[in-house]
Amino acid sequence: MSDIIVPQSDVKLCTRNVNLYYGENHALKDINLDIKTNKITAFIGPSGCGKSTYLKSLNRMNDLVPDCKITGQFLLDGEDIYADGVDTNVLRRRIGMVFQKPNPFPMSIYDNIAYGPRVHGIKSKAKLDRIVEESLIGAAVFDEVKDRLHKSALSLSGGQQQRICIARAIAVQPEVILMDEPTSALDPVSTLKIEELMNTLKEKYTVAIVTHNMQQATRISDYTAFFLVGEMVEYAPTEELFSRPVDKRTEDYITGRFG
Amino acid sequence: MAKAVTNSLTKKRRRVSDIVLKALIFLSSGIVVALTLGMIIYIAVKGTEGMSLNFLTTPAFSYPYENYGVLGNIINTLYLVVITLIIATPVGVGAAIYLTEYAKQGRLTRIIEFTTETLAGIPSIIYGLFGSVFFYNIFKVNYSLLTGALTLSIMVLPTIIRTTQEAIKTVPMGYREGAIGLGAPKWHTIRTVVLPSCIDGILTSVILSIGRIVGESAALIFTAGIAAEVGINSLGDIFGKVMNQGGSLTVQLYQYAQRGGAEMKYAFSTALVLLVTVLIINICAKLVAYRIRKKRSV
Repeated sequence: MSDIIVPQSDVKLCTRNVNLYYGENHALKDINLDIKTNKITAFIGPSGCGKSTYLKSLNRMNDLVPDCKITGQFLLDGEDIYADGVDTNVLRRRIGMVFQKPNPFPMSIYDNIAYGPRVHGIKSKAKLDRIVEESLIGAAVFDEVKDRLHKSALSLSGGQQQRICIARAIAVQPEVILMDEPTSALDPVSTLKIEELMNTLKEKYTVAIVTHNMQQATRISDYTAFFLVGEMVEYAPTEELFSRPVDKRTEDYITGRFG
Repeated sequence: MAKAVTNSLTKKRRRVSDIVLKALIFLSSGIVVALTLGMIIYIAVKGTEGMSLNFLTTPAFSYPYENYGVLGNIINTLYLVVITLIIATPVGVGAAIYLTEYAKQGRLTRIIEFTTETLAGIPSIIYGLFGSVFFYNIFKVNYSLLTGALTLSIMVLPTIIRTTQEAIKTVPMGYREGAIGLGAPKWHTIRTVVLPSCIDGILTSVILSIGRIVGESAALIFTAGIAAEVGINSLGDIFGKVMNQGGSLTVQLYQYAQRGGAEMKYAFSTALVLLVTVLIINICAKLVAYRIRKKRSV
Protein backbone atom coordinates (compact mmCIF):
# COMPACT_ATOMS: atom_id res chain seq x y z
CA MET A 1 0.00 0.00 0.00
CA SER A 2 1.04 3.60 0.11
CA ASP A 3 3.89 4.74 2.32
CA ILE A 4 3.35 7.07 5.18
CA ILE A 5 3.13 10.59 3.89
CA VAL A 6 4.61 13.26 6.11
CA PRO A 7 3.42 16.56 4.74
CA GLN A 8 5.46 19.67 5.25
CA SER A 9 4.34 22.02 8.00
CA ASP A 10 3.23 24.72 5.60
CA VAL A 11 0.84 22.36 3.84
CA LYS A 12 -2.73 22.38 5.09
CA LEU A 13 -4.27 19.90 2.68
CA CYS A 14 -2.15 17.26 1.04
CA THR A 15 -3.65 15.11 -1.70
CA ARG A 16 -1.97 12.17 -3.40
CA ASN A 17 -2.98 9.80 -6.19
CA VAL A 18 -6.52 11.10 -6.27
CA ASN A 19 -8.78 9.35 -8.76
CA LEU A 20 -12.50 10.05 -9.00
CA TYR A 21 -15.15 8.26 -11.02
CA TYR A 22 -18.69 9.38 -11.72
CA GLY A 23 -20.00 5.96 -12.69
CA GLU A 24 -17.89 4.99 -15.69
CA ASN A 25 -16.54 8.49 -16.24
CA HIS A 26 -12.97 8.91 -14.96
CA ALA A 27 -13.29 12.51 -13.90
CA LEU A 28 -10.08 13.01 -11.91
CA LYS A 29 -6.87 11.27 -12.91
CA ASP A 30 -4.08 10.81 -10.44
CA ILE A 31 -4.05 14.25 -8.86
CA ASN A 32 -1.21 15.19 -6.57
CA LEU A 33 -1.55 18.59 -4.98
CA ASP A 34 -0.52 20.45 -1.84
CA ILE A 35 -2.60 23.34 -0.62
CA LYS A 36 -0.49 25.66 1.48
CA THR A 37 -1.58 27.11 4.79
CA ASN A 38 -2.78 30.70 4.84
CA LYS A 39 -2.34 31.09 1.13
CA ILE A 40 -4.82 31.38 -1.70
CA THR A 41 -4.60 28.56 -4.22
CA ALA A 42 -6.51 28.97 -7.46
CA PHE A 43 -7.68 26.13 -9.70
CA ILE A 44 -8.04 27.15 -13.31
CA GLY A 45 -8.91 25.31 -16.49
CA PRO A 46 -11.60 25.04 -19.18
CA SER A 47 -15.15 23.88 -18.44
CA GLY A 48 -15.43 20.25 -17.48
CA CYS A 49 -11.78 19.86 -16.56
CA GLY A 50 -12.50 18.62 -13.07
CA LYS A 51 -11.50 21.62 -10.97
CA SER A 52 -14.88 21.93 -9.23
CA THR A 53 -15.02 18.18 -8.78
CA TYR A 54 -11.63 18.23 -7.13
CA LEU A 55 -12.61 21.15 -4.91
CA LYS A 56 -15.74 19.36 -3.74
CA SER A 57 -13.82 16.25 -2.85
CA LEU A 58 -11.77 18.30 -0.38
CA ASN A 59 -14.72 18.60 2.00
CA ARG A 60 -16.40 15.40 0.92
CA MET A 61 -19.32 17.16 -0.73
CA ASN A 62 -19.03 14.53 -3.44
CA ASP A 63 -20.38 12.05 -0.89
CA LEU A 64 -23.78 13.51 -1.76
CA VAL A 65 -23.44 12.46 -5.40
CA PRO A 66 -24.70 8.96 -6.02
CA ASP A 67 -22.40 6.76 -8.07
CA CYS A 68 -19.25 8.69 -7.15
CA LYS A 69 -16.11 6.75 -6.26
CA ILE A 70 -12.95 8.34 -4.91
CA THR A 71 -9.56 6.79 -4.27
CA GLY A 72 -6.38 8.34 -3.04
CA GLN A 73 -5.28 10.21 0.03
CA PHE A 74 -6.59 13.45 1.36
CA LEU A 75 -4.73 14.63 4.43
CA LEU A 76 -5.91 17.57 6.49
CA ASP A 77 -3.02 18.41 8.82
CA GLY A 78 -1.80 14.88 8.26
CA GLU A 79 -5.13 13.16 8.94
CA ASP A 80 -6.94 11.21 6.23
CA ILE A 81 -10.38 12.76 5.80
CA TYR A 82 -11.78 9.75 3.97
CA ALA A 83 -10.86 7.29 6.69
CA ASP A 84 -13.56 5.17 8.31
CA GLY A 85 -15.10 6.82 11.28
CA VAL A 86 -14.45 10.38 10.20
CA ASP A 87 -17.28 12.66 11.29
CA THR A 88 -18.17 14.53 8.11
CA ASN A 89 -20.08 17.14 10.10
CA VAL A 90 -16.91 18.15 11.95
CA LEU A 91 -14.93 17.94 8.72
CA ARG A 92 -17.27 20.35 6.97
CA ARG A 93 -17.09 22.71 9.89
CA ARG A 94 -13.31 22.79 9.55
CA ILE A 95 -13.40 23.00 5.77
CA GLY A 96 -16.12 25.44 4.72
CA MET A 97 -17.55 26.11 1.30
CA VAL A 98 -18.91 29.04 -0.65
CA PHE A 99 -20.87 28.18 -3.76
CA GLN A 100 -21.10 29.69 -7.20
CA LYS A 101 -24.66 30.83 -6.84
CA PRO A 102 -25.21 32.64 -3.52
CA ASN A 103 -27.48 30.40 -1.47
CA PRO A 104 -28.53 32.14 1.72
CA PHE A 105 -31.30 30.34 3.57
CA PRO A 106 -34.79 31.85 3.43
CA MET A 107 -34.34 33.24 6.93
CA SER A 108 -33.19 36.46 8.51
CA ILE A 109 -29.56 37.53 8.05
CA TYR A 110 -28.96 36.84 11.72
CA ASP A 111 -30.37 33.31 11.52
CA ASN A 112 -28.30 32.61 8.42
CA ILE A 113 -25.05 33.43 10.16
CA ALA A 114 -26.13 31.80 13.42
CA TYR A 115 -27.18 28.61 11.64
CA GLY A 116 -23.73 26.99 11.64
CA PRO A 117 -22.88 27.78 15.27
CA ARG A 118 -26.30 26.56 16.36
CA VAL A 119 -25.78 23.30 14.51
CA HIS A 120 -22.56 22.80 16.43
CA GLY A 121 -24.15 23.39 19.80
CA ILE A 122 -23.86 27.09 20.56
CA LYS A 123 -27.09 28.24 22.16
CA SER A 124 -26.28 31.28 24.25
CA LYS A 125 -27.74 34.41 22.69
CA ALA A 126 -24.82 36.52 23.85
CA LYS A 127 -22.34 34.21 22.18
CA LEU A 128 -24.37 34.02 19.00
CA ASP A 129 -24.73 37.80 18.86
CA ARG A 130 -20.99 38.15 19.10
CA ILE A 131 -20.29 35.48 16.50
CA VAL A 132 -22.78 37.01 14.07
CA GLU A 133 -21.25 40.45 14.41
CA GLU A 134 -17.67 39.22 14.08
CA SER A 135 -18.50 37.09 11.06
CA LEU A 136 -20.29 39.91 9.30
CA ILE A 137 -17.34 42.22 9.99
CA GLY A 138 -14.95 39.53 8.79
CA ALA A 139 -16.91 39.28 5.55
CA ALA A 140 -16.87 43.06 5.07
CA VAL A 141 -20.64 43.33 5.04
CA PHE A 142 -21.50 44.33 8.59
CA ASP A 143 -21.92 48.05 7.97
CA GLU A 144 -24.35 47.41 5.16
CA VAL A 145 -26.63 45.09 7.10
CA LYS A 146 -26.22 45.97 10.78
CA ASP A 147 -29.57 47.74 10.89
CA ARG A 148 -31.51 44.94 9.25
CA LEU A 149 -30.18 41.79 10.82
CA HIS A 150 -33.66 40.43 11.30
CA LYS A 151 -34.80 41.04 7.78
CA SER A 152 -34.72 38.21 5.29
CA ALA A 153 -31.37 37.53 3.68
CA LEU A 154 -33.15 37.14 0.36
CA SER A 155 -33.85 40.86 0.29
CA LEU A 156 -30.17 41.65 -0.33
CA SER A 157 -28.40 42.13 -3.63
CA GLY A 158 -26.41 39.28 -5.18
CA GLY A 159 -23.05 40.62 -4.04
CA GLN A 160 -24.30 41.15 -0.51
CA GLN A 161 -25.85 37.69 -0.45
CA GLN A 162 -22.54 36.15 -1.41
CA ARG A 163 -20.78 38.02 1.35
CA ILE A 164 -23.46 36.79 3.75
CA CYS A 165 -22.63 33.28 2.58
CA ILE A 166 -18.95 33.97 3.27
CA ALA A 167 -19.85 35.30 6.72
CA ARG A 168 -21.95 32.21 7.29
CA ALA A 169 -19.00 30.03 6.37
CA ILE A 170 -16.56 31.80 8.67
CA ALA A 171 -19.05 31.83 11.56
CA VAL A 172 -18.15 28.22 12.34
CA GLN A 173 -14.46 29.13 12.53
CA PRO A 174 -13.17 26.93 9.75
CA GLU A 175 -9.53 26.39 8.93
CA VAL A 176 -10.03 26.16 5.18
CA ILE A 177 -12.48 27.99 2.94
CA LEU A 178 -13.27 26.44 -0.43
CA MET A 179 -14.79 28.74 -3.00
CA ASP A 180 -16.38 27.40 -6.16
CA GLU A 181 -16.41 30.26 -8.70
CA PRO A 182 -17.71 32.62 -6.02
CA THR A 183 -17.93 35.70 -8.20
CA SER A 184 -18.98 34.30 -11.57
CA ALA A 185 -22.63 35.12 -10.91
CA LEU A 186 -21.88 38.66 -9.68
CA ASP A 187 -21.40 42.08 -11.22
CA PRO A 188 -17.89 43.59 -11.50
CA VAL A 189 -18.24 45.88 -8.49
CA SER A 190 -19.31 43.05 -6.16
CA THR A 191 -16.59 40.89 -7.66
CA LEU A 192 -13.97 43.45 -6.76
CA LYS A 193 -15.28 43.76 -3.22
CA ILE A 194 -15.10 40.03 -2.73
CA GLU A 195 -11.60 39.83 -4.19
CA GLU A 196 -10.48 42.47 -1.70
CA LEU A 197 -12.12 40.41 1.01
CA MET A 198 -10.22 37.31 -0.01
CA ASN A 199 -6.93 39.02 0.62
CA THR A 200 -7.89 39.64 4.23
CA LEU A 201 -9.37 36.15 4.59
CA LYS A 202 -6.07 34.45 3.92
CA GLU A 203 -4.61 35.95 7.06
CA LYS A 204 -6.80 33.67 9.14
CA TYR A 205 -7.82 30.90 6.77
CA THR A 206 -6.44 28.76 3.98
CA VAL A 207 -8.34 29.51 0.79
CA ALA A 208 -8.82 27.41 -2.33
CA ILE A 209 -10.76 28.94 -5.16
CA VAL A 210 -12.00 27.60 -8.46
CA THR A 211 -12.17 30.25 -11.13
CA HIS A 212 -12.49 30.30 -14.87
CA ASN A 213 -11.40 33.93 -14.88
CA MET A 214 -7.64 33.89 -15.30
CA GLN A 215 -7.27 37.55 -14.50
CA GLN A 216 -8.92 36.90 -11.17
CA ALA A 217 -6.43 34.12 -10.50
CA THR A 218 -3.51 36.44 -11.21
CA ARG A 219 -5.03 39.18 -9.06
CA ILE A 220 -5.61 37.27 -5.90
CA SER A 221 -3.93 33.89 -5.72
CA ASP A 222 -0.51 32.89 -4.41
CA TYR A 223 -0.47 29.48 -6.09
CA THR A 224 -2.27 28.28 -9.19
CA ALA A 225 -3.05 24.77 -10.42
CA PHE A 226 -4.05 24.22 -14.03
CA PHE A 227 -6.48 21.38 -14.68
CA LEU A 228 -7.22 19.82 -18.05
CA VAL A 229 -9.56 16.91 -18.78
CA GLY A 230 -9.29 15.53 -15.27
CA GLU A 231 -5.54 15.91 -14.96
CA MET A 232 -3.64 18.42 -12.95
CA VAL A 233 -1.20 19.64 -15.58
CA GLU A 234 0.84 22.19 -13.72
CA TYR A 235 1.05 23.69 -10.27
CA ALA A 236 3.27 26.58 -9.34
CA PRO A 237 3.34 29.95 -7.62
CA THR A 238 0.95 32.12 -9.60
CA GLU A 239 3.55 34.55 -10.86
CA GLU A 240 5.63 31.68 -12.23
CA LEU A 241 2.78 29.77 -13.82
CA PHE A 242 1.53 32.74 -15.76
CA SER A 243 4.87 34.19 -16.87
CA ARG A 244 6.99 31.04 -17.30
CA PRO A 245 4.67 28.06 -17.72
CA VAL A 246 6.51 24.76 -18.00
CA ASP A 247 3.92 22.69 -19.85
CA LYS A 248 2.87 23.64 -23.37
CA ARG A 249 -0.76 22.95 -22.59
CA THR A 250 -0.62 25.49 -19.78
CA GLU A 251 0.91 28.03 -22.12
CA ASP A 252 -1.78 27.40 -24.72
CA TYR A 253 -4.53 27.87 -22.20
CA ILE A 254 -3.28 31.03 -20.60
CA THR A 255 -2.56 32.65 -23.92
CA GLY A 256 -6.11 31.95 -24.95
CA ARG A 257 -5.53 29.40 -27.64
CA PHE A 258 -8.36 27.35 -26.21
CA GLY A 259 -10.85 27.43 -23.35
CA MET B 1 -55.06 29.27 -48.40
CA ALA B 2 -52.30 31.82 -48.48
CA LYS B 3 -53.14 35.46 -48.07
CA ALA B 4 -51.00 38.33 -49.28
CA VAL B 5 -48.39 39.20 -46.65
CA THR B 6 -48.73 42.68 -45.26
CA ASN B 7 -46.08 45.03 -43.92
CA SER B 8 -48.53 47.21 -42.07
CA LEU B 9 -47.77 47.36 -38.36
CA THR B 10 -51.24 48.44 -37.35
CA LYS B 11 -53.71 46.69 -39.63
CA LYS B 12 -55.07 43.67 -37.79
CA ARG B 13 -55.51 40.42 -39.68
CA ARG B 14 -58.54 38.49 -38.61
CA ARG B 15 -58.57 34.75 -39.00
CA VAL B 16 -61.91 33.03 -38.62
CA SER B 17 -60.38 30.15 -36.68
CA ASP B 18 -58.93 32.55 -34.13
CA ILE B 19 -62.28 34.21 -33.53
CA VAL B 20 -64.09 30.91 -33.18
CA LEU B 21 -61.52 29.49 -30.79
CA LYS B 22 -61.54 32.61 -28.67
CA ALA B 23 -65.32 32.46 -28.47
CA LEU B 24 -65.25 28.80 -27.50
CA ILE B 25 -62.74 29.47 -24.74
CA PHE B 26 -64.82 32.27 -23.30
CA LEU B 27 -67.90 30.10 -23.57
CA SER B 28 -66.24 27.26 -21.65
CA SER B 29 -65.16 29.55 -18.85
CA GLY B 30 -68.61 31.05 -18.79
CA ILE B 31 -70.22 27.63 -18.47
CA VAL B 32 -67.91 26.67 -15.61
CA VAL B 33 -68.59 29.88 -13.71
CA ALA B 34 -72.31 29.65 -14.38
CA LEU B 35 -72.48 26.04 -13.24
CA THR B 36 -70.60 26.70 -10.04
CA LEU B 37 -72.43 29.85 -9.14
CA GLY B 38 -75.71 28.37 -10.23
CA MET B 39 -75.30 25.34 -8.08
CA ILE B 40 -74.26 27.35 -5.06
CA ILE B 41 -77.16 29.77 -5.45
CA TYR B 42 -79.66 26.95 -5.97
CA ILE B 43 -78.53 25.15 -2.85
CA ALA B 44 -78.45 28.37 -0.86
CA VAL B 45 -81.99 29.28 -1.85
CA LYS B 46 -83.45 25.83 -1.26
CA GLY B 47 -81.48 25.48 1.92
CA THR B 48 -82.91 28.52 3.64
CA GLU B 49 -86.27 26.86 3.89
CA GLY B 50 -85.20 24.35 6.49
CA MET B 51 -82.59 26.64 8.05
CA SER B 52 -83.01 28.09 11.52
CA LEU B 53 -80.96 28.76 14.59
CA ASN B 54 -82.41 25.59 16.02
CA PHE B 55 -81.19 23.64 13.03
CA LEU B 56 -77.64 24.76 13.59
CA THR B 57 -77.49 24.43 17.33
CA THR B 58 -79.32 21.22 18.17
CA PRO B 59 -78.72 17.63 17.17
CA ALA B 60 -81.34 15.58 15.35
CA PHE B 61 -83.52 13.42 17.56
CA SER B 62 -86.92 11.77 17.41
CA TYR B 63 -87.95 11.58 21.06
CA PRO B 64 -89.82 13.27 22.72
CA TYR B 65 -90.58 15.07 19.45
CA GLU B 66 -89.12 15.14 15.95
CA ASN B 67 -86.29 17.64 15.92
CA TYR B 68 -84.18 18.46 12.91
CA GLY B 69 -80.69 19.72 13.65
CA VAL B 70 -77.10 19.18 12.62
CA LEU B 71 -75.13 20.03 15.72
CA GLY B 72 -74.27 16.40 16.33
CA ASN B 73 -73.19 15.98 12.74
CA ILE B 74 -71.02 19.09 12.82
CA ILE B 75 -69.28 17.76 15.89
CA ASN B 76 -68.85 14.33 14.31
CA THR B 77 -67.36 15.86 11.18
CA LEU B 78 -64.99 17.85 13.36
CA TYR B 79 -63.91 14.72 15.17
CA LEU B 80 -63.31 12.95 11.88
CA VAL B 81 -61.21 15.79 10.51
CA VAL B 82 -59.06 16.11 13.60
CA ILE B 83 -58.45 12.40 14.18
CA THR B 84 -57.79 11.68 10.51
CA LEU B 85 -55.26 14.47 10.30
CA ILE B 86 -53.55 13.40 13.50
CA ILE B 87 -53.04 9.97 11.99
CA ALA B 88 -52.44 10.77 8.34
CA THR B 89 -50.29 13.91 8.47
CA PRO B 90 -47.23 12.53 10.29
CA VAL B 91 -47.35 9.30 8.30
CA GLY B 92 -47.86 11.09 4.99
CA VAL B 93 -45.27 13.80 5.52
CA GLY B 94 -42.81 11.26 6.91
CA ALA B 95 -43.27 9.01 3.90
CA ALA B 96 -42.82 11.93 1.54
CA ILE B 97 -39.60 12.98 3.27
CA TYR B 98 -38.29 9.43 3.10
CA LEU B 99 -39.15 9.03 -0.57
CA THR B 100 -37.64 12.35 -1.62
CA GLU B 101 -34.64 12.75 0.66
CA TYR B 102 -33.51 9.35 1.83
CA ALA B 103 -34.57 6.57 -0.46
CA LYS B 104 -32.26 5.67 -3.30
CA GLN B 105 -34.13 6.58 -6.48
CA GLY B 106 -34.71 3.38 -8.36
CA ARG B 107 -37.09 0.49 -8.78
CA LEU B 108 -38.24 0.37 -5.16
CA THR B 109 -39.20 4.03 -5.00
CA ARG B 110 -41.00 3.77 -8.32
CA ILE B 111 -43.02 0.82 -7.02
CA ILE B 112 -43.92 2.71 -3.85
CA GLU B 113 -44.95 5.76 -5.82
CA PHE B 114 -47.00 3.69 -8.22
CA THR B 115 -48.78 2.00 -5.32
CA THR B 116 -49.53 5.38 -3.79
CA GLU B 117 -50.99 6.64 -7.05
CA THR B 118 -53.16 3.55 -7.31
CA LEU B 119 -54.47 4.03 -3.78
CA ALA B 120 -55.63 7.46 -4.83
CA GLY B 121 -57.78 6.04 -7.59
CA ILE B 122 -59.67 3.41 -5.63
CA PRO B 123 -63.39 4.23 -5.26
CA SER B 124 -64.22 5.36 -1.78
CA ILE B 125 -66.94 2.79 -1.23
CA ILE B 126 -64.31 0.09 -1.44
CA TYR B 127 -62.43 1.84 1.35
CA GLY B 128 -65.68 1.79 3.29
CA LEU B 129 -66.09 -1.92 2.75
CA PHE B 130 -62.49 -2.64 3.68
CA GLY B 131 -62.57 -0.40 6.71
CA SER B 132 -65.79 -1.77 8.09
CA VAL B 133 -64.54 -5.35 8.04
CA PHE B 134 -60.85 -4.85 8.81
CA PHE B 135 -61.25 -2.46 11.71
CA TYR B 136 -64.17 -4.43 13.10
CA ASN B 137 -61.78 -7.33 13.48
CA ILE B 138 -59.45 -5.09 15.48
CA PHE B 139 -61.86 -3.10 17.61
CA LYS B 140 -64.84 -5.46 17.68
CA VAL B 141 -67.09 -2.42 17.37
CA ASN B 142 -69.50 -2.21 14.49
CA TYR B 143 -69.35 1.49 13.84
CA SER B 144 -67.18 4.15 15.39
CA LEU B 145 -65.65 7.52 14.63
CA LEU B 146 -62.22 5.99 15.06
CA THR B 147 -62.94 3.38 12.41
CA GLY B 148 -64.14 6.12 10.11
CA ALA B 149 -61.07 8.23 10.76
CA LEU B 150 -58.70 5.34 10.16
CA THR B 151 -60.41 4.53 6.89
CA LEU B 152 -60.25 8.18 5.83
CA SER B 153 -56.57 8.29 6.76
CA ILE B 154 -55.80 5.64 4.19
CA MET B 155 -57.82 7.61 1.67
CA VAL B 156 -56.07 10.94 2.16
CA LEU B 157 -52.59 9.48 2.57
CA PRO B 158 -51.80 9.48 -1.18
CA THR B 159 -52.79 13.13 -1.49
CA ILE B 160 -50.66 14.18 1.44
CA ILE B 161 -47.68 12.14 0.26
CA ARG B 162 -47.84 13.33 -3.32
CA THR B 163 -48.39 17.02 -2.55
CA THR B 164 -45.71 17.03 0.16
CA GLN B 165 -43.27 15.35 -2.23
CA GLU B 166 -43.90 18.02 -4.84
CA ALA B 167 -43.43 20.72 -2.22
CA ILE B 168 -40.14 19.26 -1.03
CA LYS B 169 -38.89 19.02 -4.59
CA THR B 170 -39.35 22.77 -5.04
CA VAL B 171 -36.79 23.51 -2.35
CA PRO B 172 -33.60 24.50 -4.20
CA MET B 173 -30.66 22.12 -3.90
CA GLY B 174 -28.57 25.14 -2.90
CA TYR B 175 -30.22 25.33 0.51
CA ARG B 176 -29.34 21.73 1.30
CA GLU B 177 -25.79 22.14 0.02
CA GLY B 178 -25.34 25.29 2.06
CA ALA B 179 -26.45 23.60 5.25
CA ILE B 180 -24.46 20.42 4.71
CA GLY B 181 -21.45 22.52 3.77
CA LEU B 182 -21.63 24.02 7.25
CA GLY B 183 -21.46 20.58 8.83
CA ALA B 184 -25.16 20.11 9.53
CA PRO B 185 -26.32 16.48 9.71
CA LYS B 186 -28.89 15.45 7.13
CA TRP B 187 -31.99 15.24 9.32
CA HIS B 188 -31.09 18.57 10.92
CA THR B 189 -30.91 20.09 7.46
CA ILE B 190 -34.31 18.71 6.54
CA ARG B 191 -35.88 19.81 9.79
CA THR B 192 -34.44 23.34 9.91
CA VAL B 193 -34.08 24.35 6.27
CA VAL B 194 -35.94 22.11 3.85
CA LEU B 195 -39.25 21.63 5.65
CA PRO B 196 -39.68 25.26 6.74
CA SER B 197 -39.08 26.29 3.13
CA CYS B 198 -41.94 24.23 1.82
CA ILE B 199 -44.31 24.44 4.75
CA ASP B 200 -46.97 26.20 2.74
CA GLY B 201 -46.96 23.35 0.24
CA ILE B 202 -47.35 20.86 3.06
CA LEU B 203 -50.17 22.89 4.58
CA THR B 204 -51.87 22.96 1.20
CA SER B 205 -51.81 19.17 1.12
CA VAL B 206 -53.38 19.10 4.57
CA ILE B 207 -56.09 21.55 3.56
CA LEU B 208 -56.85 19.56 0.42
CA SER B 209 -57.25 16.53 2.62
CA ILE B 210 -59.64 18.33 4.92
CA GLY B 211 -61.77 19.04 1.89
CA ARG B 212 -61.79 15.36 1.01
CA ILE B 213 -62.60 14.32 4.56
CA VAL B 214 -65.50 16.72 4.89
CA GLY B 215 -66.86 15.65 1.54
CA GLU B 216 -66.58 11.92 1.99
CA SER B 217 -69.76 9.93 2.38
CA ALA B 218 -69.55 6.43 0.95
CA ALA B 219 -66.58 5.40 3.05
CA LEU B 220 -68.20 6.69 6.21
CA ILE B 221 -71.61 5.06 6.02
CA PHE B 222 -70.16 1.62 6.73
CA THR B 223 -67.48 2.69 9.15
CA ALA B 224 -68.55 5.66 11.22
CA GLY B 225 -72.25 5.04 11.05
CA ILE B 226 -75.22 7.32 11.08
CA ALA B 227 -75.87 8.38 14.69
CA ALA B 228 -76.78 12.04 14.96
CA GLU B 229 -76.51 12.66 18.68
CA VAL B 230 -73.90 14.86 20.29
CA GLY B 231 -73.15 12.33 22.96
CA ILE B 232 -70.89 14.42 25.21
CA ASN B 233 -72.20 14.48 28.75
CA SER B 234 -68.95 14.55 30.67
CA LEU B 235 -65.30 15.36 30.15
CA GLY B 236 -64.49 11.71 29.62
CA ASP B 237 -67.00 11.51 26.83
CA ILE B 238 -64.85 13.82 24.74
CA PHE B 239 -62.43 10.94 24.28
CA GLY B 240 -64.92 8.17 24.71
CA LYS B 241 -67.00 9.48 21.84
CA VAL B 242 -64.25 8.31 19.52
CA MET B 243 -65.37 4.73 19.91
CA ASN B 244 -69.02 5.55 19.34
CA GLN B 245 -70.99 5.77 16.18
CA GLY B 246 -71.15 9.19 14.57
CA GLY B 247 -72.80 10.35 11.40
CA SER B 248 -71.00 13.13 9.53
CA LEU B 249 -72.70 15.99 7.73
CA THR B 250 -72.55 14.17 4.41
CA VAL B 251 -74.05 11.00 5.84
CA GLN B 252 -76.86 12.98 7.45
CA LEU B 253 -77.53 14.71 4.15
CA TYR B 254 -77.81 11.31 2.52
CA GLN B 255 -80.34 10.20 5.10
CA TYR B 256 -82.57 13.25 4.74
CA ALA B 257 -82.44 13.01 0.96
CA GLN B 258 -83.20 9.31 1.03
CA ARG B 259 -86.28 9.77 3.19
CA GLY B 260 -87.36 12.55 0.88
CA GLY B 261 -90.74 14.29 1.06
CA ALA B 262 -90.93 16.72 3.95
CA GLU B 263 -87.35 16.04 4.93
CA MET B 264 -85.87 17.05 1.56
CA LYS B 265 -85.57 20.66 2.64
CA TYR B 266 -83.34 19.57 5.50
CA ALA B 267 -81.10 17.81 3.00
CA PHE B 268 -80.56 21.15 1.30
CA SER B 269 -80.00 22.91 4.58
CA THR B 270 -77.35 20.36 5.45
CA ALA B 271 -75.84 20.89 2.01
CA LEU B 272 -75.71 24.62 2.69
CA VAL B 273 -73.91 24.03 5.98
CA LEU B 274 -71.41 21.83 4.13
CA LEU B 275 -70.81 24.44 1.45
CA VAL B 276 -70.17 27.15 4.00
CA THR B 277 -67.83 24.83 5.91
CA VAL B 278 -65.79 24.09 2.81
CA LEU B 279 -65.69 27.77 1.93
CA ILE B 280 -64.41 28.66 5.39
CA ILE B 281 -61.77 25.92 5.21
CA ASN B 282 -60.50 27.16 1.85
CA ILE B 283 -60.34 30.75 3.02
CA CYS B 284 -58.41 29.72 6.13
CA ALA B 285 -56.02 27.76 3.95
CA LYS B 286 -55.34 30.74 1.72
CA LEU B 287 -54.85 33.01 4.71
CA VAL B 288 -52.38 30.66 6.38
CA ALA B 289 -50.36 30.20 3.20
CA TYR B 290 -50.35 33.95 2.59
CA ARG B 291 -49.18 34.78 6.09
CA ILE B 292 -46.40 32.25 5.97
CA ARG B 293 -45.19 33.50 2.63
CA LYS B 294 -45.18 37.07 3.91
CA LYS B 295 -43.17 36.09 6.93
CA ARG B 296 -40.49 34.51 4.78
CA SER B 297 -39.96 37.25 2.26
CA VAL B 298 -39.85 40.23 4.61
